[in-house]
Amino acid sequence: MEALSKTKPSKPFEPAGTGLKEEDLEHHKVLTIAYQPMVKYAWATGVAIGRFLDGLRAGEILGTKCDRCGRIAVPPRIFCEWCFKRSGEWIKLPDTGTVNTFSISYIATDTTRLKTPTIPAVIEIDSAGHAGFLHIIGEAKPEEVRIGMPVKAVWADPEKRKGSITDIRHFKPIR
Amino acid sequence: MLIKKRVAVVGAGMTKFMRRAQETGKELAFEAARQALDSAGMRIQDVDSVALGSAPDAFDGVHMKGEYLLDGAGAWQKPYSRNFVGGGTGVFSAIHGWWHVASGLFDTCLVVAEEKMSSCLPHPQTAFLTIFDNMIERPLGPNLIWIFALEMQRYMQKHKIPKEQIAQVAVKNKRNALDHPSAQIPRAATLQDIMNSEVLAWPVQRLDISPVSDGACAVLLASEDVARKITDSPVWIDGVGWNLDTTYWTNRDLYFPRYVANAARMAYDMAGITNPRKQIDFAEPYDPFDYKELHHMEGLLLCRKGEAPKLTAEGVTERDGKLPICPSGGLLGVGNPIAAAGLMKVCELFWQLRGEAGKRQVAGDPRTAVAQAWGDLMQIGTVVVMHA
Amino acid sequence: MSSLGSQWRCGFLRRVAVVGVGVTPLKPATPEVSYKELIFDAALKAYADAGVNPRRDVESFVCSSEDFYEGTSIFDEYVPDQVGGAQKPVCTISADGIYSLANAYMQILTGLFDVVAVEAHSKASDIVNISPVYDLALDPVYVRPLGLNANFVGGLEMNAFLHSSRANLAHCNMVIEKNRKNALSNPLAMNSTYAAPTRARVLSYPLFMEDVAPLADGAAVVVLAAEDIARNLRDDPVWLAGVGWASDSPNLETHDWDKATYAALAAKQAYRQAKISNPADEIQVAEVDDTYSFKELQHAEALKLASDGRAHQMLEHGLYDFDGGLPVNPSGGSIGMGHTLEMSGLVRVIEVVQQLRGAAGRHQVAGEVEKGVAQAWRGVPTASGAVVVLSR
Repeated sequence: MEALSKTKPSKPFEPAGTGLKEEDLEHHKVLTIAYQPMVKYAWATGVAIGRFLDGLRAGEILGTKCDRCGRIAVPPRIFCEWCFKRSGEWIKLPDTGTVNTFSISYIATDTTRLKTPTIPAVIEIDSAGHAGFLHIIGEAKPEEVRIGMPVKAVWADPEKRKGSITDIRHFKPIR
Repeated sequence: MLIKKRVAVVGAGMTKFMRRAQETGKELAFEAARQALDSAGMRIQDVDSVALGSAPDAFDGVHMKGEYLLDGAGAWQKPYSRNFVGGGTGVFSAIHGWWHVASGLFDTCLVVAEEKMSSCLPHPQTAFLTIFDNMIERPLGPNLIWIFALEMQRYMQKHKIPKEQIAQVAVKNKRNALDHPSAQIPRAATLQDIMNSEVLAWPVQRLDISPVSDGACAVLLASEDVARKITDSPVWIDGVGWNLDTTYWTNRDLYFPRYVANAARMAYDMAGITNPRKQIDFAEPYDPFDYKELHHMEGLLLCRKGEAPKLTAEGVTERDGKLPICPSGGLLGVGNPIAAAGLMKVCELFWQLRGEAGKRQVAGDPRTAVAQAWGDLMQIGTVVVMHA
Repeated sequence: MSSLGSQWRCGFLRRVAVVGVGVTPLKPATPEVSYKELIFDAALKAYADAGVNPRRDVESFVCSSEDFYEGTSIFDEYVPDQVGGAQKPVCTISADGIYSLANAYMQILTGLFDVVAVEAHSKASDIVNISPVYDLALDPVYVRPLGLNANFVGGLEMNAFLHSSRANLAHCNMVIEKNRKNALSNPLAMNSTYAAPTRARVLSYPLFMEDVAPLADGAAVVVLAAEDIARNLRDDPVWLAGVGWASDSPNLETHDWDKATYAALAAKQAYRQAKISNPADEIQVAEVDDTYSFKELQHAEALKLASDGRAHQMLEHGLYDFDGGLPVNPSGGSIGMGHTLEMSGLVRVIEVVQQLRGAAGRHQVAGEVEKGVAQAWRGVPTASGAVVVLSR
């Protein structure tokens, strides 16, 4: 590096950048190129999630237990991430749980507005400590949902299940 | 521990944050990098290495977008790599650059954080479907806002925080941003505006959320001997910390970001800070949503769990308060081009600690400050402590 | 501070060594395990090799990944658990495993950490068709509208390299033959039978199907440690003598078509740190990227294992053979073992480590192996790569 001269403190800066408005694009004031990526994946579900999904197809929620720390993992995994040890036995868990947190959502994945809100929630599965998974609450009015609410899985009809998280249609409040 | 080389920020640059920029990602990166170099009186030949941060390739529809952006980032024929830790990337980029120089391997490192979200149609938010678990979450049709809403709900319920106290953060930051030349749409909002805005996923309303943006930031890092030749007022990076929690976010209690606390402790340890509440003069925590500023204030150990809303209500976190939080105007006020937004906080620390923040200047000759970013599935905390 | 308690306190450049390696045997597909389970396997192996407990002893984790190879955005969300990094400093570098190695190396040099683990993997079989992914890396404004399969970049390069170096397809065949044969002695390699190249199918002339290394699944973890800890863990630590990485122009309009300038720049950096002035004399084993057959020759020249335009002659004379004076890709390279995308560099590194340890079994090269070099290229359409020099 050459000998550097010390700079004085910088003057207030003028940030660069040219903002565009929606009309600039609509009225073709700027050139654009469109491209649709067509990339497809077929993920191996592997040992743990594979078996979990098989369990869902059979109408069961499965978890794994760590022999070292005793934690129950749901969704199940072949190792305990805290002990870094292979999981022990597989356990059939109840299909009931408690709402850990929830939201009342008026927007779909593609950001369009929903008339009837979706109620996503983290459901802690009974007897699995505070472990649980993301799902939807159904057969409930938004205003009656609360943290700590006991819920039960509502399963899809056996012939409609395909080994997916949606084999549970939703969780409904236990009244 | 003994860190091999002390590292300083000697220059900073930043583009406007815009909903939609005419500039390409390369051009945004260039503008910020050029400005950072100019502010330090340095040339691209003086740069030994380049570290870039940018969030999902899905926004740009370019695979390996770090490669695509490298010419704009000044990395031609230089040692160059891209770090990627989701929303934590902006602040993490400074850490990534930090170890280039602190290792003794390079004297200088140009750190660039760039984001061009507007290319993604129909809306950048749609790209976020693919951050969810491919096997057991995506089939539920989740929306990005869900995870914030779920976390916000838990935080609010745990501490019984009224929504108004949270919305106050958005009011403060949008007001602060009126003084930031890069602010996207500098417009103040009243508490009523926030509380009346459209509910997206309760408890999240439209004005709780920072605006999606295009933009870039850059900082130039130098080792101590070189820094002292470049400028009379280097700003030292004296503490770095980062911490990634388990992927299984549904197995964690979201009311407190323990991974931010872990990262903060790591950075404070390194910087010799034992009492952050007393020793930190001001802070730039990550505020993509208003409640996140509060969540992160607690994660940064600047107050007790559940105390942040109270401090905000009391005006402690105003720019002229005892502990200014987001004097820049934050993401809520300036805009949120994900990776660039995080580095913007590092830039703010640089300007504030040199007394160059103009109308945003925090009074009282601040000496020590902390910048923090957050990201992934409520999972990563990235923290830097800087010292004048 | 690592629980292993480093005593290092001084200001000189610390030495850093590879103390553990773990890699799963490469396979064309691994439908029975998820990527997490594959990585966990490699991690267990590496930590057993190093004799460390990651939860207690490993202080930082650097993982390689690219979203579009995974089909997941912000993939770093999914990396910590299976490497033992939950609630620890973990980060992702969007590049080949050797870049992550270089970043882990820098982390230890700062003094912040003493033990850092590096991870990279390939679950290429989860990608239904990789061509659209490669195409997505092409410039969206200037190149994609041409509607070409990304391999065309390889074809253009191959043509330019062969023309400028005066190598020809017969030399590319020699690379393929050598690497496929070498792979037969490598239990980690995907293929267990040998087939001579037939050049039956053109991809993008002069690039044929067989010039392209076949995709493979796998996972690899490497554990680095600072000197005093390394010496406690192993009798045979393998030192990082030098690292370098560089990017040339990302635009095809200013692409260097015949030379791998990025590799030359990276090698220069690494050799300078390793104090190597005459690589062809001072290196005993080299593992270079051979994603395309001709790239092995191009990279050998960039790494100064032959002067410009001479690599194919060295190959002809048998210098690069398994039993030659300077074996190149004794592992079989990606052509022989299988191409593991951004994990490739770590596969190259692990081979060199085993060679230096004298632990490469049936593919151990003859003679005293003191220094080796491993190199990675990020693949088409990039001009980016990394180099590491390892020594005993």
